[in-house]
This record gives sequence, C-alpha cells and structure tokens, in this order.
Amino acid sequence: MIELPCPWCGPRGVSEFRYVGEGATRPDPATATPQEWRAYLYLHENARGWVRENWYHTAGCRRFFKLERETESNETRAAT
Amino acid sequence: MIDRNGKYSAISLITHGLRKSEWPRAWRAHDLRKSYDVVVIGGGVHGLATAYYLAKNHGITNVAVLDKGYLGGGGSGRNTAILRSNYLTPEGVRFYDRSLELYRHLAADLNFNVMFSRRGHLTLAHNDGSLRTMRWRAEVNKLQGIDSQVIDPAQVKELVPHLDTSDETRYPILGALYHPPGGIIRHDAVVWGYARAADRLGVHLHQKTEVTGIDVVNERVTGVRTNRGAISAPIVVNCTAGWSTLISDMAGVRTPVQTFPLQAAVTEPVRPFLHAVVVSGTLHVYVSQTDRGELVFGASVDPFQSYSMRGSLEFVEGLAAHVLELMPGLSQMRLLRQWAGLCDMTPDYSPIMGTTPVEGFYLDVGWGTYGFKAGPVSGESMAQAIATRSTPEIISAFGLDRFAEGELVGEKGAAAVGH
Repeated sequence: MIELPCPWCGPRGVSEFRYVGEGATRPDPATATPQEWRAYLYLHENARGWVRENWYHTAGCRRFFKLERETESNETRAAT
Repeated sequence: MIDRNGKYSAISLITHGLRKSEWPRAWRAHDLRKSYDVVVIGGGVHGLATAYYLAKNHGITNVAVLDKGYLGGGGSGRNTAILRSNYLTPEGVRFYDRSLELYRHLAADLNFNVMFSRRGHLTLAHNDGSLRTMRWRAEVNKLQGIDSQVIDPAQVKELVPHLDTSDETRYPILGALYHPPGGIIRHDAVVWGYARAADRLGVHLHQKTEVTGIDVVNERVTGVRTNRGAISAPIVVNCTAGWSTLISDMAGVRTPVQTFPLQAAVTEPVRPFLHAVVVSGTLHVYVSQTDRGELVFGASVDPFQSYSMRGSLEFVEGLAAHVLELMPGLSQMRLLRQWAGLCDMTPDYSPIMGTTPVEGFYLDVGWGTYGFKAGPVSGESMAQAIATRSTPEIISAFGLDRFAEGELVGEKGAAAVGH
C-alpha cells in the first residue's frame, strides 16, 4: 500500500486519507468571466511527475495538509 | 501463401492450414513519410477507427496513425470489453446506440471475427435511490427506442441464478435495469480488425512512434514531431487516452481532464455459467464471463489522480469481497492476474470531441470509463467531422466549448460505478 507522510500522525496507509487535489484560487464572482469560472471549476494541471497537492486525513487527525507526490510512481514525500 | 489482400474465410483457413506456411502479417510497417493529410495520435480503437472511416467513408487514405507503444496497448487492451447503450441523457443514448449498431455488424464490415456476444446487461439496484435512477434511465432509453426495462429480483434470479437475491445480504438486490442488447466483445480483435482493415485501405500504422511535440503557427496546426522525425500535416487528431492532456498541452489546448487509474482482474477459466453482464454501482463492481470461461472483474476508478498502471493488493481484496457479496458461490475461484488502465475523467462523464481553438487540431478525448464501447461511433463521427469540416449532429453536444457555456451532458448516473 502507498504510504502518505501525515505531518501530524507520521506515515500511514493511503486508505486512511481522502484526496483533495490540486489547489486553486477562487476568482472574484463579481468580475470573473465564464472562461475564468470554467478554468477554476474544471481545468487541472493533471501533471505527470512531482506535484504538490492537498490531502485530508479522514481516519486519523482529520486535518488537511500538503504533500508532494510523483504521479507516475506514486512515490510521496513531505511538502517542503 | 495467402494473398495479403485476400479475405479471411473458411476456405482461406483450410487452404492455408493445409499448406502449413506462416500467416502473413495483418498489417505492414512503413517508413515515416514527410507529410500526411491527417495524423492520428493514438493507435487504439478510437484512432484506428478514425483512420479506417476516413479511408472507407471519405476516401482520405494519406493518413498516419502514431502510437508510442504497440497498437491496442493502452485503454483498448485494458478495458473490460462491455458494450451497452442504456445511458441517461438522450445525447448519450443516441451516441452509444449508434456504436452498438456498428459493433453488431463490425465482424462482417472488417472481415475479422470480433466475437461480439450479445448476452444482456444487468445493472443492479441495492437501494431506493438507484432503483429510481434505473426507472429514469429505462424511460429515457425507451423514448430513444432502446430495449431497456426495470425488472424485479425474481426475474434477476431467473437470468443469473448464481446471484444472491435473498434479503439476508448487506446490500439486498431490489431490482435491476435490464438491457438485453448489451454484451461483451473480444477487445483485442476489435483493435486488430480495424488495424488490418485500415492498412488494406492504405493507412500507415506507425508503432513505437512517440509524439514529442506539436507544431502550431498562428493558431493553426502544421505538423507533429516524433522520435522518428517530423511530419507535416494540416490535421492532427488527439485520440489518446490516459495521456490525452499531455498531448493537448503540446498544442496549447487545455482540457478539463484528470487521469485516474481503473483496476481490473480476471479469474481462472471455468465452464460457462454466467450468461449476462452483471453490474453493481453500490458495490463498485462489474462481472462478465469471457468466451474462454474467465470471469472479468472491473471496478471504479482509484480515489486519486495518478498515471500509475500498477495494481494493488488492497484493491483485489476489496473487489473479491464485493464479488462474493453478489455471488457467494465463487469463493473457491482463484484470480489469475490484475492490471490497471488509465481513465481520462471529465467533469460530466461525457467525452470531448471535435474542433479546438487551434485550427486543424481535433480532440477525441476524455473517454473516462466508457471509451471502448464508443470506439466505432467515435471513429465514424470524427472522420466525418474532419472530412466535411463540420461537426456531425451526433457529437455536437460533446464539444470542448460546452464547459464555458455551462451546457454539460451529465452522464455520471449511467457512465460509471464509482459514485
């Protein structure tokens, strides 16, 4: 099983966690164009390689944290 | 020696068998030309079907299909080969039903035995919510002329006696959406059949040819660069799955696609006993028995984005447990192997097809968990879109611009088991 380094609980199996995904900044609703909303809602980097992403430790400390992961090998390391 | 252009038939099989010579290769290898009229990226069922229908229906034969690996080595060789058209939206139902129609006649059309087995498709409902969705789907299907109906547990038991339809289980079966035209097919044979037929019409199939860049000048595609050299082409079609965002990015086109692995497994072969495809959304599993007797199990996509194609032990444990909840009698069966394929998920569980802001760069991507069953109709309609330079009605709802317009084609309730 893939292990994720929870900054509070230490390394734990991936099934304890919920994937939150890439972070994105919400555009201002008053001024955003439909294209900007589309980008915010639907577009992802979907990168192959090392990414920085958000996870939630559902079956542990129940806290959000950042993590670095290689998306092809699923190797993980603590976010720096 | 059989003439390369000779048809496969019982007579050719007998004469060839008696001569005991090697069968000729089903398709040729070529040197890379400097230019093609159309370059198709991705040598799976979608790319090969697009090339085949370009040549057959529209007479465009100066076409290259490029694959970084071997033909049918991606999603086309990793799916669970289930065919059906009982979707949730009218746009989806029409589209997938055209595909089923093409699949029905594919063996004769391609002169290749694709082993389509029309055996009926059951989607089980384990709670009131899913039973309500089944009724909704059945009514949408009937309006489109699709054979699809909700049946009760006794009728389910009659069709699949090995299912536990008692109310003693954790998730009792309350009913099912029954779709008699659904079935399974030999997925590799579909790839090989399209490849051979396209080759015979003059299409160049280039394996081990990886696209490393796409040339765009003034918002117009001019060609592709590969590990075997550059090709100039006015039309480039992205027919890849799993890596589609990497290819689209090369042309500067961003798509709302995220890649998730989907794991599947197969058991040792046993005598035929399961004569329908059984799907359970609640248990995230689908089961069918191949013509060889193996049981093929598929699941929902993994819970996080990844390009990894390795299976995991916790997955097979969960999968086996779910299969046994449905069919306890299988507890002594052994698994032979497991694998994963990559699914390009879109926000509305419908594909992205047609033109892009880059002129000449076409998309046939975002095939999530439903790409294989759509192979023939995708090829047919992409070929038509390219040849006529207009978007065919049947794919008009699947354009890339629908996300900005807010006109999504929500198929989540019928396209996957992972919800």
